[in-house]
Amino acid sequence: MAAEQGVRVVGPGAGAGLGKVVRALLLLLYFAARSSALYFHIGETEKKCFIEEIPDETMVIGNYRTQLYDKQREEYQPATPGLGMFVEVKDPEDKVILARQYGSEGRFTFTSHTPGEHQICLHSNSTKFSLFAGGMLRVHLDIQVGEHANDYAEIAAKDKLSELQLRVRQLVEQVEQIQKEQNYQRWREERFRQTSESTNQRVLWWSILQTLILVAIGVWQMRHLKSFFEAKKLV
Amino acid sequence: MGRGARSSAFPVLLLLLCADRSLGAELTFELPDNAKQCFHEEVEQGVKFSLDYQVITGGHYDVDCYVEDPLGNTIYRETKKQYDSFTHRAEVKGVYQFCFSNEFSTFSHKTVYFDFQVGDEPPILPDMGNRVTALTQMESACVTIHEALKTVIDSQTHYRLREAQDRARAEDLNSRVFYWSVSETIALFVVSFSQVLLLKSFFTEKRPMSRGVHS
Repeated sequence: MAAEQGVRVVGPGAGAGLGKVVRALLLLLYFAARSSALYFHIGETEKKCFIEEIPDETMVIGNYRTQLYDKQREEYQPATPGLGMFVEVKDPEDKVILARQYGSEGRFTFTSHTPGEHQICLHSNSTKFSLFAGGMLRVHLDIQVGEHANDYAEIAAKDKLSELQLRVRQLVEQVEQIQKEQNYQRWREERFRQTSESTNQRVLWWSILQTLILVAIGVWQMRHLKSFFEAKKLV
Repeated sequence: MGRGARSSAFPVLLLLLCADRSLGAELTFELPDNAKQCFHEEVEQGVKFSLDYQVITGGHYDVDCYVEDPLGNTIYRETKKQYDSFTHRAEVKGVYQFCFSNEFSTFSHKTVYFDFQVGDEPPILPDMGNRVTALTQMESACVTIHEALKTVIDSQTHYRLREAQDRARAEDLNSRVFYWSVSETIALFVVSFSQVLLLKSFFTEKRPMSRGVHS
């Protein structure tokens, strides 16, 4: 109460200053929070691939941010706008479902239509070797799958949900993800069983066939040699 | 004007903070032979982080792993492990790095899964974190169910990884049986024909020599 009165009393000039301070603070917080994603280093022509084994109809959101090593300042600076990353996503049948170039900071989204291993590959589009100056590119990456990809603040704002309703919504999303994963598990287990049965069949038929071939070859050898020796009058 | 700036700043602040996800990552990546892959993450002091990793496909399904703190000390090092779990409370604030190495392998590239979690899961709305009142029964029931479902999802992930590993081995076995059978059949034919030919050549007189003998 006193603080509010203090703001009112001080006047519009100081209020605008306070707004600026708040804005600066939140920008700082934003960048501070943003910089804590996992990062790794990538060479210039290197292609880094990540695999996501997901059931069908699952949304995947990936965020990345790149930084380039500045030799003069000896630290990593945000990359120049010309430097971008090429993102390629392949579905389990090796069909490309997303192949786009993004800037030095980007966000890609895709939804799986077939269950299985999806491959997300990233490589930089830099053709100027001097740009890297022998250094590496630092890539901050964050991939969220399924329920984790949901933005609950947005959902709460759009559907006007109370806190409890939002929690229940989160539980519903989690249960749906569990169900999808279980269906996928059943599909995988069937495929695994087919592979095992195929191996079993193959081993059985090949051993029978090879025994028959062995016997047939043995018989042929003896007959051929016998006729050969008879012709030579040695037998 | 101050009020206006203040009221417009907070929703923006909320929105920006909401856009951030829980710290940590769960990734599956390919590790070529003779390669090393490092990941880095900033961790605050006193925060507990955990690293779970598992090799899914490739070779003998093993990998070297080490974790270093910002001062360069190795706080965890294991060689040729198939899967492991490591938790640590960060004593120093800074960038921690963990690396997976396949340098001992000459021709098998591996697929490695890791799950790096830092701290606790943040609440789904940031203002839920600083509550003054206690949770109602409904809300605490929701929290319990949420934690239980997270355990279910975690065990589903572990089951999926083990199944992927077994399936990779089974498919490997299947193709190996096929190639081995085909090559053995070919070898069988080749060996038997050459045996017969060789034997015949022992008993076949060479024409120039036999003519010399006769004359």
